[in-house]
Amino acid sequence: MNKKELKRVDIIFDCANCEPLEIVKKALAMKPDEIIDQIISSGLKGRGGAGFPTGLKWKLAKEEKSDTKYVICNADEGEPGTFKDREILDVVPSKVLVGMCICAYAIGAKEGFVYLRNEYNFLLKDLIPLIEKFNKNIQKLGLDFHIKVFSGSGAYICGEESALFESMEGKRGEPRNKPPYPTKVGYNGKPTVINNVETLVYCTMIVRIGVEPFKKLGTNDSRGSKVFSVSGDTSKAGIYELELGVGVDEFVNEFGNGDTKAVQVGGASGHCVPRKDFKNKIIGFEGIPTGGSMMIFNSSRSMYNVLKDYLEFFEEESCGQCTPCRVGTQQLLKGIEAVKHGEKPSSYLNQLLKLTETMRVASKCGLGQSVHNSFSSIVKNFREEMIY
Amino acid sequence: MVQTENLIQELIKKHGNKRTSLLPILQDVVERERYLSEYAMVEVAKALDVSSAEVYGTASFYTFLYTKPMGKNIIRVCKTISCKMAGKEELVKALEKVLKIKMGETTRDMQFSLTESNCLGWCHKGPVMLINDTVYTEITPEKAVEVICAIDPKHLTNL
Repeated sequence: MNKKELKRVDIIFDCANCEPLEIVKKALAMKPDEIIDQIISSGLKGRGGAGFPTGLKWKLAKEEKSDTKYVICNADEGEPGTFKDREILDVVPSKVLVGMCICAYAIGAKEGFVYLRNEYNFLLKDLIPLIEKFNKNIQKLGLDFHIKVFSGSGAYICGEESALFESMEGKRGEPRNKPPYPTKVGYNGKPTVINNVETLVYCTMIVRIGVEPFKKLGTNDSRGSKVFSVSGDTSKAGIYELELGVGVDEFVNEFGNGDTKAVQVGGASGHCVPRKDFKNKIIGFEGIPTGGSMMIFNSSRSMYNVLKDYLEFFEEESCGQCTPCRVGTQQLLKGIEAVKHGEKPSSYLNQLLKLTETMRVASKCGLGQSVHNSFSSIVKNFREEMIY
Repeated sequence: MVQTENLIQELIKKHGNKRTSLLPILQDVVERERYLSEYAMVEVAKALDVSSAEVYGTASFYTFLYTKPMGKNIIRVCKTISCKMAGKEELVKALEKVLKIKMGETTRDMQFSLTESNCLGWCHKGPVMLINDTVYTEITPEKAVEVICAIDPKHLTNL
């Protein structure tokens, strides 16, 4: 295990020498393939949570032969405990737009969208004029690319890329079957690259500072750094960019307040790490992956309440399209309540664990598939709290 | 009704009459009329040449596209665990008291609707509420009451 010490990094919010149009110019002076090679060799993986290699995604989209291609910035941040994309769009929005431009140039797209969750509409007041100005400026540089904002309407599932396309197409936000993947059949059936807000800023910065400064951070499977949203029982709640591969124990030493019982890494769809595992778990794709949500719980907190909160969330946000997820989320919630109230024996928890396993295998999209993560890690590590 | 008809014509001009225009049109109707009436949904369906069931099916999928009348000020209190840990329940109690309504209800004068919402993305500054597009972070029950009374002073008498 390649465990890293906790190290603060300043790439995402760093604004020194980051004149946006200069970075676009630098990208336009390169060949599209050169840019894609750089992103591939940086080892950058998607920062929204799923961790797909960004350079490969761009390459696949570039190879598609189509007159129409799209670049979409996924700003539908909704995972409980995540708030970094809001901060990035608030503080360094130009760097997000530059990332979209670089991608558009690399894959040959003429149109781009920022899909912004409705809860962040207050950002529009500054974002829309900025985009209008930016569009004009990049035209002047000779890049035929135009960015628009698409506002969401309050549905967590629309953060799932294919549900997001459906939503933009004016339909219910129900995920599609995959394959085909978005790089082949995306928005309006056209090749589409959809990247998380933070991922796009890393692309901007890789072009700006080069591959090496990024690549030397992190581990083999988790290159670079990542922005974390820290909340819960901590006196240091907020947003921090840290090197990937840090041990959970180091994280707790820095952010916990001395009485940390568990850390939920990756929000409701992530994993719960109990105290006994702090020292042998690392935060990264080879350990516990996260879109950035880090919730810290002290020993005074009931993990039953935490799990119940997550299950209520999933039950409400399941799109209802596929049965394992629609029925599964309802039954899990009912099930833990029944065990807690003594209406079912504690052994019923084992049946519920099997149900989450079924959901993991049989659900159509990441929502239903990942309920298993939090459910099994909380129930297995805090079984007594589920019963008594 | 004529008003709704005109509004929809205006929105078609602004967003176009393709299916991809559906969500932006519905969002703007909600912004102006506070909800999507049956009449409005049928008119939108006609304008986009899709069935009204498609329009209703789409609208009812999204939390922010209301299909029943809502107040002028929609209060959304974040109910996710970080905000619960930071005192969301006390905040809700204070709001219910000052507005004289329960969670999920709208005041009789249609000024306020009180709703709960999943993670609003301010977990480090909970509890949090949104009133329309304005965010209030680290909002204590006292501050929340002040905000409500600043919007509509007649609620002062409910204290």
